[in-house]
Amino acid sequence: MIHIDIHKELYGANGTMPLRAAFNIQEGEFIALSGKSGSGKTTLLRILAGLEEAHGTIEVNKKIWLNSQTQLPPQKRDIGFVFQDYALFENMTIEKNLLFVNNDPELAKELLTLTQLYRLKKRYPNSLSGGQKQRVSICRALMQRPKILLLDEPLSALDPSMRTRLQKEILTLHKKFHTTTIMISHDPSEIYKLATRVILLEDGNIIDDGTPKEVLLQTQGSQKFSFEGELLALEKVDVIYVGVVAIGQQLVEVVLSKQEAKKLQVGQTVRLSTKAFHPTITTK
Amino acid sequence: MSFEPFVLSFELAGVTAFILFCIALPLAWYLSQTKSKCKPFIEALTALPIVLPPSVLGFYILWALSANSPIGAFFEDTFGVKLVFSFTGLVVASCFYSLPFMVQPLQNGFESLNKNMLEASYIAGKSKLQTIFFVALPNIKPALLTALIITFAHTVGEFGVVLMVGGSIPNETKVASVAIYEMVENMDYTAAHIYSGLMVGISFVVLLSVYIFNAKQAKRFAI
Repeated sequence: MIHIDIHKELYGANGTMPLRAAFNIQEGEFIALSGKSGSGKTTLLRILAGLEEAHGTIEVNKKIWLNSQTQLPPQKRDIGFVFQDYALFENMTIEKNLLFVNNDPELAKELLTLTQLYRLKKRYPNSLSGGQKQRVSICRALMQRPKILLLDEPLSALDPSMRTRLQKEILTLHKKFHTTTIMISHDPSEIYKLATRVILLEDGNIIDDGTPKEVLLQTQGSQKFSFEGELLALEKVDVIYVGVVAIGQQLVEVVLSKQEAKKLQVGQTVRLSTKAFHPTITTK
Repeated sequence: MSFEPFVLSFELAGVTAFILFCIALPLAWYLSQTKSKCKPFIEALTALPIVLPPSVLGFYILWALSANSPIGAFFEDTFGVKLVFSFTGLVVASCFYSLPFMVQPLQNGFESLNKNMLEASYIAGKSKLQTIFFVALPNIKPALLTALIITFAHTVGEFGVVLMVGGSIPNETKVASVAIYEMVENMDYTAAHIYSGLMVGISFVVLLSVYIFNAKQAKRFAI
């Protein structure tokens, strides 16, 4: 079990902001850390890795990593870390990148085969694509058979099809190596697919903590669909009003009554939902 | 015509470059990683030899190394080494004179490294020393080569400091630049031409090879 209770003053764009986080993690959990940029996610991950100082306690399997007397250096913490920008050792081949961490050729071969990189083992990082680099980076992080795997937005720089593929690989590796995984992610579908638990940070505080279903599914009661979007336009057409709402990459038109239209302003964030499908009867 | 001064110049430059590499490596690493408030002070101190007239530097070194100063007296009493007007003294003086030329490229190189790459090495359980030698240095080869070559070349090219600290003792402190100065003073223009021409030629070839190497490296590591 991992017990975390830390605090740190952050110097952000809006002045100082206290980061406070206290939670426990069970072994084998897959946690998604989510929240707006600047909410303290990356700092929290770096504090766990020992790359940044903080006050408080971190206790992993009864071993103290951080308290008022001790601060275990990153070298002594049993972790793997995957950086957003891969951070591969540019002077080493793919294989050497893994063996430098832990000289275990068998494990390196297993990992590279699992991620279909084995035939590229003699190549240097700069000749690989982004997706390949990130796979190397994940393999490298697993070379020490870490108890905890930390991933800092590992897939955010990749295209959607590569993302889907790597999501599967991350899940496979998480299960195969029995790691406790903490991943920063903004992508709800990614979180839903991978994580067993979501921790939502805002302005340095945990504002929500639960299963992906509890945290992410935002429909309530009898709502069937519920989307959040931005109201782009509001026009009067004869006796009704038509609003244009941007939901992700998709634009939709919505018919509104006069009363509804009065309450809305262009540029507002709105929620679009239906309570039931309109029943239709057709004859054969 | 003897080429002894050239041999001496290169010997001095080689020894200086080696010693400075050992001193500058930890210093440059410290400067590249530290967030301490002392950093600008150390940086300014390190850069002083670039702006100071060689005579000022030479004067202070002469004063510090002479048998009348505690440092000079200590070396003479303990090791029996005379630091002024000797090859050893020239090495000490050159180390001060060329220090910024070793520290600055190395520091710039270390600072240009992706910090995450170094952190990845720490997380992999590697010590600072292992990280410097297996990750940091191999990834700043152009900076490393620039530092070594420029320090070497700059030491070969020094004149004022060597003249003040070393004088012109044949086979001991009479390096190429001092030899040329003497030739001109003695109006031996033929010898001065040969020596100077050689200096220009060698320096050009050295610098050219550095730039060619760096261009190749840039191409190799281009993403």
